[in-house]
Amino acid sequence: MQRISEFVVGVMFGLGLMLSGMTDPGKVIGFLDLFGEWDPSLMFVMGGAIAVGFFAFAVAHKRTTNFFGGALHLPTAQQIDRPLMIGSLMFGAGWGLAGFCPGPALVSMAAGQDKAVVFVIAMVAGMIMEEFVERKMRR
Amino acid sequence: MSIDWTHFTPWSALAGGVLLGLASALFILLNGRILGISGILAGLLPAKAGDASWRITFMLGLIVSPLIMRAIAPAEMLPNPRIAANMTMVIVAGLLVGWGTRYGSGCTSGHGVCGLSRLSPRSMVATAMFMAAGFVTVFVLKHVV
Repeated sequence: MQRISEFVVGVMFGLGLMLSGMTDPGKVIGFLDLFGEWDPSLMFVMGGAIAVGFFAFAVAHKRTTNFFGGALHLPTAQQIDRPLMIGSLMFGAGWGLAGFCPGPALVSMAAGQDKAVVFVIAMVAGMIMEEFVERKMRR
Repeated sequence: MSIDWTHFTPWSALAGGVLLGLASALFILLNGRILGISGILAGLLPAKAGDASWRITFMLGLIVSPLIMRAIAPAEMLPNPRIAANMTMVIVAGLLVGWGTRYGSGCTSGHGVCGLSRLSPRSMVATAMFMAAGFVTVFVLKHVV
């Protein structure tokens, strides 16, 4: 059952990204272009998602297990630190530069768009590089 | 600022957003996981023993979603992406997104949808930061250079 729901959730999330317009970098950049011709659509995406998510997480926070009786992995980190802020700034700069964030990039790659394929390869490389540098720094 | 009415699509945006929220809701309640794409993907590079299968089944669902969309949606609803960035920009953007989402512990889904839904202060800060950086980047690209 767990496996089926993971798969179905993946499909739903992909459909939501496509329906909402998140897989169109032009639309994302239209939203980020506050000082030009602004497309507010992404506010509605966020609003719709959070309106549903808010209730689900309110339920989740009162529970210790998921509905199948397994573990419930809620984030425990509390600290607002430099990695959180600098990492998010880097992510936002990349997001504005091409109009792709990770989910829509994966969906667009699967849809066969060449630029999305290149983006995902670079993104995975960036993830591996970050992990490598962080390991070196910890030592 | 002026509103771009020709590209403004409040209803499909809202419907898509509700679908994203429902997926995130089911994932935490049924599978006990935060639906954060960058974290789910990074956990496979490489995967730790016993922690890979849920990531893989989710990713498979995500990856077949364009095929399902093509099968069920009317032609005018299919994504028609406009990609203005050239290959160099795409590569730099990918590196920044990959590095930044790991260093900052999340992206639009993990921080922006799940984190804000949980009222997590960390995610509120992260979302404010990546939105601000996105606004500035697009401002510079479109109105300065």
